[in-house]
Amino acid sequence: MTAPEMVSALQAKFGDAITGTKEFRGEHTVIVKLDSLKALLQHCRDELKCDYLVDISSLDHDVDADPRFEMVYELYGYSHSQHLRVRSAVADEQEVPTVSDLWATAEWHEREVYDMMGIKFTDHPDLRRILMWEGYPFYPLRKEFPLAGKPSEMPDVAFTGIAPLEGGPFVTSPGSANTIQAEPRAKRFEKQ
Amino acid sequence: MVAPEQSLAAYDSKVEGNVVFTKLDSAINWMRKNSLWPMPMGLACCAIEMMASACSRYDLSRFGMEVMRFSPRQADVMIVAGTVTYKMALAVKRVWDQMPEPKWCIAMGACASSGGMYRSYAVLQGIDNLIPVDIYISGCPPRPEALLEGLMRLQRKVEKEHSFLDQKKVMLEEMSA
Repeated sequence: MTAPEMVSALQAKFGDAITGTKEFRGEHTVIVKLDSLKALLQHCRDELKCDYLVDISSLDHDVDADPRFEMVYELYGYSHSQHLRVRSAVADEQEVPTVSDLWATAEWHEREVYDMMGIKFTDHPDLRRILMWEGYPFYPLRKEFPLAGKPSEMPDVAFTGIAPLEGGPFVTSPGSANTIQAEPRAKRFEKQ
Repeated sequence: MVAPEQSLAAYDSKVEGNVVFTKLDSAINWMRKNSLWPMPMGLACCAIEMMASACSRYDLSRFGMEVMRFSPRQADVMIVAGTVTYKMALAVKRVWDQMPEPKWCIAMGACASSGGMYRSYAVLQGIDNLIPVDIYISGCPPRPEALLEGLMRLQRKVEKEHSFLDQKKVMLEEMSA
């Protein structure tokens, strides 16, 4: 079964729950409503033989976007060697059903999504932070979170500060005449 | 029957000529600087260069630093080699606190010295925010020669310390008070 056939099989099975499909350079995407997401992924695994969950990622479209977030599932089947991408919009504060019971690998992927984006997963067996520490108060990949970070303090565990983003020896110089002069290595520092 | 060798307590020809008079500080520093035991705090790619420095091509043991100890209690100099994330920062501090005095610290590479290219919410902007650093080594990552140069500069720094003299001064002040 090829990826376009999988897309049409899903459209026939789920009908209105699928709000759109996309094809870009041989990559096929199915966009599905959150209510039917779990059933669709289960169908992909059992009937369409997508036995490998390559990755789970999430998008933040912006603070005022509605719906704000989006989940992305990358599927693959070893028997047919086809890729399929499944996307689903998630509103702020809305929970996503876990797929860790379908693919065991999803457990850590979903923990990472929770850690970085703050999207919660219902029925996840162990929804803890995975990269930052338990008790860190922010979700660093959200749009409102500054690249430089925010100060936080947890005694005996960890603390964070604000990183300087301008100046310094490792930063490119904006507004330079050409890229050679913009390079960090083109900087000349005066001896102190 | 062999006559017993003549022995005079005041003059021993076997020892005489092998005695060097020096200051206690200089003697201690000489011993310390030639057996610096590093604690390899390898956190990122700099650690690969540190390992290369310890291997046969660059060979740290030429300078008496080959005894890399993974126990902080047996180490003199901590080589912080790599990106110190905030999650790792307090662990580095804890290892540092477990090292016995006297101890020195080398910040190896751009990340350990200043956060390097990681201007980010997750990375400590230089290990000197947490522990005192004696030597900074530039590079991303520094070549093994640079690490050797850093360690040799540390040797020169150790050579000039007055730890015993300072201790003696404090002791005399306390006795007279």
